[in-house]
Amino acid sequence: MGEFESFQAFIEMGGHGLYVWLAYAVGAVVIGGNIWWVGRIRKLAEQRLRKYVRRQELEG
Amino acid sequence: MSFKAKFKRWFHSWASPKWFFEKSERWLPWLGVPALSLLAIGLVWGLIFAPEDYQQGNSFRIIYLHVPAAILSQSIFMMMAVAGAINLIWRIKLADMAAKHCAPIGASFAFIALATGAIWGKPTWGTWWVWDARLTSMLILLFLYLGVIALYSAIDNRETAGRSTAILSLVGLVNIPIIKYSVELWNTLHQPATFKLTEKPSMPAEMWVPLLIMVIGFYLFFGWILFKRMRAEVIEREFKAKWLQKKLIEN
Repeated sequence: MGEFESFQAFIEMGGHGLYVWLAYAVGAVVIGGNIWWVGRIRKLAEQRLRKYVRRQELEG
Repeated sequence: MSFKAKFKRWFHSWASPKWFFEKSERWLPWLGVPALSLLAIGLVWGLIFAPEDYQQGNSFRIIYLHVPAAILSQSIFMMMAVAGAINLIWRIKLADMAAKHCAPIGASFAFIALATGAIWGKPTWGTWWVWDARLTSMLILLFLYLGVIALYSAIDNRETAGRSTAILSLVGLVNIPIIKYSVELWNTLHQPATFKLTEKPSMPAEMWVPLLIMVIGFYLFFGWILFKRMRAEVIEREFKAKWLQKKLIEN
């Protein structure tokens, strides 16, 4: 597999596995969090708009 | 129509949230799809196919996350300051929205750069952290971002919030050249920049090409998520507008 002899060697990263995977885990969590957050603010904003429209319709 | 008039019209169209909301819907896939592809290619290449560093071994693979995040966090700060200045001078709402949403995204990338740097420092320098110029100025960048976020949310009046944070980010720009030249001006553990405009990278192409791919992928991802955030912001601010209600409720 590329530069590595086996999948095992890829995970171990020549003894630096902990550091490499910890770094990428931090990146994944922060970027994933950003994607989750934008979905949330979009949903809340749309809910507010829908609520406003419904109230306008009720008031006629 | 002359070029100048065309440019003026294009510039003014940015003042309209409606124009942005309609156009950006079409732009999103042109940012999101290449971002995802480049990040996938860059990650596989960097983690599996790039050769290991003869001094640092495989811990050097952290570079494919660390450097793009660090570059992007500084670019986003500059963009935030420029957007803030545009808001200060021309009172363009969209510029205020962009500046507001640059802050949390930029803070995220500054955090990634600092955290991955600390993790990389442990096996390379034998320590998680040193108070040297590069690391300290990057920490200040993160604090500036947090300051902008805190200031924006502390002021109820949207216009005042936008103008105050614009000034804070313009002042904070001073930190950007300090970060850039910190590795050259002061003695530091940190290695010098990988990419320079005037020189060829000192590492082999199998190492720097995936890095360049990751950098471009990160920029595209930033564009994608910034537009997603700004679109949510348009809905939040313009929920009373008929055109928006029509657009969102019909779909």
